[in-house]
Amino acid sequence: MSLRNVLDKMEPHFHKGGKYEKWYALYEAVDTIFYTPGQVTKSNAHVRDVIDLKRMMIMVWLCTFPAMFYGMYNVGNQALTAIAGGATLPANWHGALISALSGLSVDSTWDCFIYGAVYFIPVYAVTFIVGGFWEVLFAMKRGHEVNEGFFVTSVLFALTLPPAVPLWQVALGISFGVVVAKEVFGGTGKNFLNPALAGRAFLFFAYPAQMSGDAIWTAVDGFSGATPLSLAAAGGVQAITDAGITWGNAFVGHIQGSMGEVSTLAILIGGLFIMYAKIAAWRIVAGVFIGMTAMATLFNLIGSDTNPMFAVPFYWHLVLGGFAFGMIFMATDPVSASMTNTGKWFFGALIGVMCVLIRVVNPAFPEGMMLAILFGNLFAPLIDYFVVQANIKRRVLRNGC
Amino acid sequence: MSGMNAEVKEVLAKPIFRNNPIALQILGICSALAVTSNLKVTIVMCLALTSVTAFSNLFVSMIRNYIPNSIRMIAQMVVIASLVIVVDQILRAYAYEISKQLSVFVGLIITNCIVMGRAEAYAMKNPPMMSFLDGIGNGLGYSAMLLSVGFIRELFGSGSLFGFEILPLVTNGGWYQSNGLLLLPPSAFFVIGMLIWALRTWKKDQVEAAEFKLAPNSKKEAI
Repeated sequence: MSLRNVLDKMEPHFHKGGKYEKWYALYEAVDTIFYTPGQVTKSNAHVRDVIDLKRMMIMVWLCTFPAMFYGMYNVGNQALTAIAGGATLPANWHGALISALSGLSVDSTWDCFIYGAVYFIPVYAVTFIVGGFWEVLFAMKRGHEVNEGFFVTSVLFALTLPPAVPLWQVALGISFGVVVAKEVFGGTGKNFLNPALAGRAFLFFAYPAQMSGDAIWTAVDGFSGATPLSLAAAGGVQAITDAGITWGNAFVGHIQGSMGEVSTLAILIGGLFIMYAKIAAWRIVAGVFIGMTAMATLFNLIGSDTNPMFAVPFYWHLVLGGFAFGMIFMATDPVSASMTNTGKWFFGALIGVMCVLIRVVNPAFPEGMMLAILFGNLFAPLIDYFVVQANIKRRVLRNGC
Repeated sequence: MSGMNAEVKEVLAKPIFRNNPIALQILGICSALAVTSNLKVTIVMCLALTSVTAFSNLFVSMIRNYIPNSIRMIAQMVVIASLVIVVDQILRAYAYEISKQLSVFVGLIITNCIVMGRAEAYAMKNPPMMSFLDGIGNGLGYSAMLLSVGFIRELFGSGSLFGFEILPLVTNGGWYQSNGLLLLPPSAFFVIGMLIWALRTWKKDQVEAAEFKLAPNSKKEAI
């Protein structure tokens, strides 16, 4: 019996009046993983394409893999370098698991990778289980399908966290992101904020000690080191290069930071693919880049004697902190970004400008990408409104009615 | 007399859950955000607002037949402003520390929509005693909401209630990691939103009509 037959045989139980009526959302989710949905558009004025939301989202999910795998390697590499320099393995279950699974040689790619995996995989698993629970609960209560957007939300959320974040905070953060930023507004498609970023912002403000500062970026005991971005805030590019970090290091990702954000190179590899597949809007990415470049250059020209961040050039802004990750994966979220093509340029530029503005001028937050994107999300509908109105005006003038 | 009692009860109790000024009418949100990070301050604010609402209702109702309609807002404002000044002075005299923490928010009671709203909607049409009770009732509704918000924010934000430690903090050698977001005013938005959600789950008649309905996921019937 083929899989299709098995599924078809089960199906009636999940419809109205069936034994498992409440669980329809789960049945539908499994069915559409293997087969395209049975409901298709029948009239002929539609583009017919096999790519649906599920395929789109899974493609984005796959595209985060380069950043994810490099991130795991880098967590291990940073930690083992620190251990070689005198720090100690954390005295908790992480440490015990690492000693059981692998050695502590910084030269071994495998050791680095296992070290990072021991930190990343539990975070991701908790994100997925807790967030998935809310997602399915709301789907069942509301009677709609489980949405694959959560695949992307979960992986993006996990990748933006520092390695040693406590797991209960992960659970709390993703609950906030899924429930408050998405489900209360009606679920995927109606959320005006990026749920992954909203969850991260919640943690950032609720538990600043675990989400910012110098001590959390390397998952070992007895080590404290500022991220390159904090170094730049204190002493400009000079301070970063003094710490032995070249632009190349930062581009490849050999720096401290959140688990998935460090490697601009790995992020761009995934990013080029989703842009090529037309899932992420290249206009938004270009807009963010242009906005950032313009604002950074403007600050370079203005200059400042007291604030070294003014002198940081745009190519450093690109590789530091979460800029690349936000530009490729967060700003391009199709739900919370602008919908119109012209709007996408403005939306992107707004994010780029705000990011640099927060990084340079606001002394409280060394990183501005998260807040800049959330700010951009709020303006996306307004930008679209103006673009649509301008288009209507133009057409009225042209056709003169 | 029983009819009278029922009316009194109605006027006092209705604003607490059935017609809560914050949860249903969404009035007076600013002070609910600003003064709820600490229960001690919250309670003083609730007392201040309740007394101002009650007495402004009483006085406005007393003079309601003498106020020319075209300047009634100004007349109400004068009454409310005088009462707010009295409350502010009393707080400064007897509870200086708390008055400092409340800072401008006592003065801003004058702009609180609940006070003005009750004077305009109830006191202008009803006799003084009932108006007074209506003010108390709405003050109670406001207080019920503020105290709930303050309870959640102080308990989870600083692990204490009225300044006494309930959940021992990590920083003091305990186990509870305080949630810093709850000490920031925006968190009250989330907390109030959640409380409204809970209230409307309990009292379904407060739910607004849906703007649209999601299509069902399956139109088929089970065989």
